[in-house]
Amino acid sequence: MSKEQSSKPAIKVTSVSKDFVLPHEKQSSVKQSLINLKSGRTKEVQHALKDISFEVKKGEFFGIVGRNGSGKSTLLKILAGIYRSTEGAVTVNGSLVPFIELGVGFNPELSGRDNIFLNGALLGFSREEIGEMYDDIVGFAELERFMDQKLKNYSSGMQVRLAFSIAIKAQSDILLIDEVLAVGDADFQRKCFEYFRSLKKDKKTVVLVTHDMSAIREYCDRALLINDSVVEAVGSAEEIATKYNRLFESDHSEDKVVEISETRHGNKMLAFSKPNHVEALRQEDQSLVIKIVVTANKKVEDPNFGISIKDAGDNYICGTNTRLKNIHFGTLEKGRIINLEWELPNIFHDGKHYINIAAVDLSESVQYDWWDEASSFIVYKDEKTPFIVTPNIILETKQS
Amino acid sequence: MQIISKENQSLLKEMVRTDFKLRYQSSVLGYVWSLLKPLLLFGVLYLVFTRFLRFGGSPIGLLLGIVMWNFFVEATMTSAAAIVSKGDLIRKIKIPKYLIIVSSTVSAFINFLLGLVVVFIFIILFGSGLGWSTLLLPLIIVELYVFVLGVSYYLSALYVRFRDVTYIWEVVLQLGFFITPILYPVSLLVETVGEGMVLKLFMLNPMAQMIQDARAMLIDSETIQTYDVVNSPWYLIPIIIVILSLIIGWVYFKKQSPDFAENI
Repeated sequence: MSKEQSSKPAIKVTSVSKDFVLPHEKQSSVKQSLINLKSGRTKEVQHALKDISFEVKKGEFFGIVGRNGSGKSTLLKILAGIYRSTEGAVTVNGSLVPFIELGVGFNPELSGRDNIFLNGALLGFSREEIGEMYDDIVGFAELERFMDQKLKNYSSGMQVRLAFSIAIKAQSDILLIDEVLAVGDADFQRKCFEYFRSLKKDKKTVVLVTHDMSAIREYCDRALLINDSVVEAVGSAEEIATKYNRLFESDHSEDKVVEISETRHGNKMLAFSKPNHVEALRQEDQSLVIKIVVTANKKVEDPNFGISIKDAGDNYICGTNTRLKNIHFGTLEKGRIINLEWELPNIFHDGKHYINIAAVDLSESVQYDWWDEASSFIVYKDEKTPFIVTPNIILETKQS
Repeated sequence: MQIISKENQSLLKEMVRTDFKLRYQSSVLGYVWSLLKPLLLFGVLYLVFTRFLRFGGSPIGLLLGIVMWNFFVEATMTSAAAIVSKGDLIRKIKIPKYLIIVSSTVSAFINFLLGLVVVFIFIILFGSGLGWSTLLLPLIIVELYVFVLGVSYYLSALYVRFRDVTYIWEVVLQLGFFITPILYPVSLLVETVGEGMVLKLFMLNPMAQMIQDARAMLIDSETIQTYDVVNSPWYLIPIIIVILSLIIGWVYFKKQSPDFAENI
């Protein structure tokens, strides 16, 4: 019996579809609906998910990836039981806590203390249970002095810290985590990733929805790629992360759109492929290697390629370009491919960093492909300084 | 009797607690307003209708009527908007939706009980004292709560689809206030409309039945009650209306609640 139970999947999704009926004019008054009864309603059915099936095993760290609007958030909400699926069934074995957002139910008019109890109750804790872990929560959030103040007087960083401290107390068999968890400053992100690691160590079943392929590669056992409302692929984390990146590449060759995504724009005469995945930097002497491939879609004169590195707090740390390095490419014929490899010493501080890449002309007035946050990497350093860079400073002391 | 699971019970308690903390936030008198509000309304209505217009009827009966009616108004009005105002929660976490309605009616119910305490104090100080029939009052309180709950379920689910519900309901409540014998004694009604069909219709209103029964139990056993006016078995109609309201309200709510998250 117990064997049978442990072999049961934690989550089983069987041909789930979800349609949203969107009335063209929202009828939220009786009068409108009376008028529309006569004239006939016009509505539109949007298929957010089509025939989705997959299983998440017990103790598995499972990733769900997909582009904006692909339907992954809808899927998460169906898993969490917030939306009802139009067709198909979701079976969940075990208790489940969704983190679609941190601090659900937080009320700005209540004190931090009251909010802990309210938020805790929403996570399924009794007042006594929260009372027991109260000091723990406050200590972890480092907000001891503020607990009797109203939440509206907290900075947003403080609110997130408080919410996160409660969230990690959640005791359930299955956790659904939306990527919104990984917002905030570098320090907070490190805490998040530490939390992920502890979940993985404890063999919790976790479903993580994210855009961040480095997180998928680092934590997930398997992942699911969802594209245009259907399952594109289910497989190992590496496989899915590669497929996800390829999804973007196929887009780029189309050469039409000027604004490709929120963080990328350009006229596409030159186009980057997704840069290599950068391993986390754990050693002082480990250097950061960025490999970039550029394809010329049209004939281009004297291009200039650059990179810059910024941290999670949007501080630009360093960067350079081929013009500054006195490298000239001359005329690039259509179809030419250029490989660029940049090597940087590990001067970075502890936390997440982003790599921005750009292809422009010499005067930087024409932007062929400008891609902010094209890739990211995480730096682990024992020495946690408050400065933008943390190079290896050699210190020798003598005492007499 | 475990109607609500333990987890949900603590969630319900927390929601009611929050509600109470927020209600009289940054007001000087705070919770005292829960008592002061019906008393002030009573003062105004007593002066205008009982003193100047000489409607007759006992002042304590008027206060009791106001306290009961106020509960009905407060609970149904806050509950009607409750699902939509908790939309943020519903869209982000799986939460038993009925708890939201239970919590908003319980908050109003606690206020109602406070109001009843004032009524009891008045009866002991100025009235004829409490008789054995007082023990029957819990029956009326249960009936009133069931009615409130049924109406609240229905209105809150309807409000998700049609935002005009609260406007219409406000008008219905206004009308209800005048067709229910709160301000005027039923004896005055008998003088005006006679003992015919109209009187019977007035007395089949569940709120009229409950208020008159409560007055008979607490204040004056001579109070005209529904069964004094309407023949058997028709005097059961108010109770049937109350039970039906809960069934219809609950069924409609249950049917709509899985879609609340996307419809809000």
